Amino acid sequence: MAKKKIATVWLGGCSGCHMSLLDIDERILDVAALADIVKCPIVDGKDLPEVDITLVEGSVTSDEHFHEILHIRKQSKAVVALGDCAVMTNITGMRNYFNLKDVVDTAYVNAISNDKEGTIPNHPALLKLNEKVVPLQEVIDVDFVIPGCPPDADTIFYVLFEFLNDRIPNLSDVKKLKYG
Amino acid sequence: MDSTDKKKILISPVTRIEGHAKITLQLDDQGNVEDAFFHVNEFRGFEKFCEGRMFTEMPIITPRICGICPVSHSIASVKACEMIQGIQPTYTGDLLRRLIHLGQNISSHALSFFHLSSPDFLLGYDSDPVKRNIIGLAENHKEIAVSGIRLRKFGQEISERITGKKIHISGIAPGGMAYPLTEENRLALLAWIPEAKKTVKLGLDIIKKFMDENREMVESFAISPTLYLGLVGPNGEHEIYDGNLRFIDTDGTILEDQLNPAKYLDVIAERSVEWSYLKYPYYKPFGFDKGFYRVGPLARLNVASKMKTPEAQKEFENFKSINSGKPVHGTFYFHYTRLIEALGSVEEAEIILNDPEITSDKIQTLGRWNNPVGIGCSEAPRGTLFHHYITDDTGKLTKVNLLIATGQNNPSMNRSVLEVAKQYIKGTDIKEGMINRVESTIRCYDPCLSCSTHAIGKMPMVIEMKDRNGNLLKTFQRSY
Repeated sequence: MAKKKIATVWLGGCSGCHMSLLDIDERILDVAALADIVKCPIVDGKDLPEVDITLVEGSVTSDEHFHEILHIRKQSKAVVALGDCAVMTNITGMRNYFNLKDVVDTAYVNAISNDKEGTIPNHPALLKLNEKVVPLQEVIDVDFVIPGCPPDADTIFYVLFEFLNDRIPNLSDVKKLKYG
Repeated sequence: MDSTDKKKILISPVTRIEGHAKITLQLDDQGNVEDAFFHVNEFRGFEKFCEGRMFTEMPIITPRICGICPVSHSIASVKACEMIQGIQPTYTGDLLRRLIHLGQNISSHALSFFHLSSPDFLLGYDSDPVKRNIIGLAENHKEIAVSGIRLRKFGQEISERITGKKIHISGIAPGGMAYPLTEENRLALLAWIPEAKKTVKLGLDIIKKFMDENREMVESFAISPTLYLGLVGPNGEHEIYDGNLRFIDTDGTILEDQLNPAKYLDVIAERSVEWSYLKYPYYKPFGFDKGFYRVGPLARLNVASKMKTPEAQKEFENFKSINSGKPVHGTFYFHYTRLIEALGSVEEAEIILNDPEITSDKIQTLGRWNNPVGIGCSEAPRGTLFHHYITDDTGKLTKVNLLIATGQNNPSMNRSVLEVAKQYIKGTDIKEGMINRVESTIRCYDPCLSCSTHAIGKMPMVIEMKDRNGNLLKTFQRSY
């Protein structure tokens, strides 16, 4: 059996899901024995090879994330929404209750530690924030969902291991499976 | 300065897909690096969306700022809540929080050193980028890779054995802790101590050997002097959980000492800049241009008068001898100081686990809303962290200000990138190893923004050089 390829991506989130992935500890070497971890795609085309599985942490919060997730969908046989932000926006989506300008001004204009000489970030190299944060499935078809903030490491390992052995994971038996 | 007639290099690491950091290098007409812009590419808006919520929700919401140092956010947050309530944690509650915080410090430092940085030291800065990661390390140095993975595991397990969860734990609460430590779990954690100590010492051996063999690089690697900020205990000792602020200048003269963190606005201001979502904090009395200061392990050891535990103290004395007791400015020394802190954290965890009160069930005091303002502070693995809450008389938040550790290193990171880029990049003939060195500058600071995905992977990137009309002159791409 040819070695599979895995990618993992961090969009709008806290990296906690990736930390939970690292919490599989020594088993990362078991994963590496079954698959090349083709760490992460540069968005513009040819650099992200076709992969078998992409785990995506975080919500879609900006123009860059939007293009990235479309590209990831194209290159991946299976896209896994990893964690609550990817599944239903979670904490990252809490800004949806406010309009974007207020959210930005609160940090860059009105913060009590700010001096008066600052300017709102606006540079070609920076992503442009979308008005609303959305979960992955609002933009693409998602093949598999692992809820949790973050999902438990054992669950992540189980899902990866099943996929890498060409089986569909059955989350109904997994312990500690919950939102939050 | 008219930037339109300058050539530019854009370094966009994986972080582009992580969405978190890029670098633009601006070249002069001779192709020498003239300026650098470190772009932090992430914004989520916590300060706004927490408004209107009850202050008691903050210890659960704010850890989600960062998956690597969630405990530090919880700690800063409960301290701010305790100021609002006017209460103190119980002895055991305080001790448990301190223990969990040490655990996070150990796991975060293990991640930074073994997973992210040691491949550079053990495999080489110019080695094959496909292998230059923890998995590649395991192929050649299996024992070191597995030891590093297990050291991180120990730190994470402290949280799990007390609260049932490793990341974004609940249980750190205003007034202390919501869960006690059982005797069985205490013994299980204590059993880890010898292995953890051994692994930290292994890390220290690796870094000291590397520093000995690469003295010239270490001594010339982003060495511009800055001020330093860190918490210290009542006798000036190294502290990551409690204590007061100490600022020192570039010569080590104390500028502020035993300053209550609640007065942070007297000494720190920050400025938003066009090219980054991360603001630029500075030491207020010196102003924006001269007020560069750094936080984190290097800063904490530079400001501290001593360590609290014997083995860490021994290493600390060695560190202090590097610049005859004056502050050590070389950015590379972040790695060394991180490991000295990890050693101190393991020793302190052992002391706490042997405290007869650690398994007590007197873990929490209770209180209601009493004061409108709360300010809490802790030392995250990456530096001093402030949470500042203002509430109305029902306890609802009307204003939130968060000053994050990595933010305070932002101005210096930007400058370090410039220094290293000037040193290693000349003209358009760019080698992968040069870019890795520029990135490694950022890795020294171990900023939250670049952490997790680099942990198991490589950092493919594109560098674009453009002429004045925006036409692409040359593209450099790191191959897979």
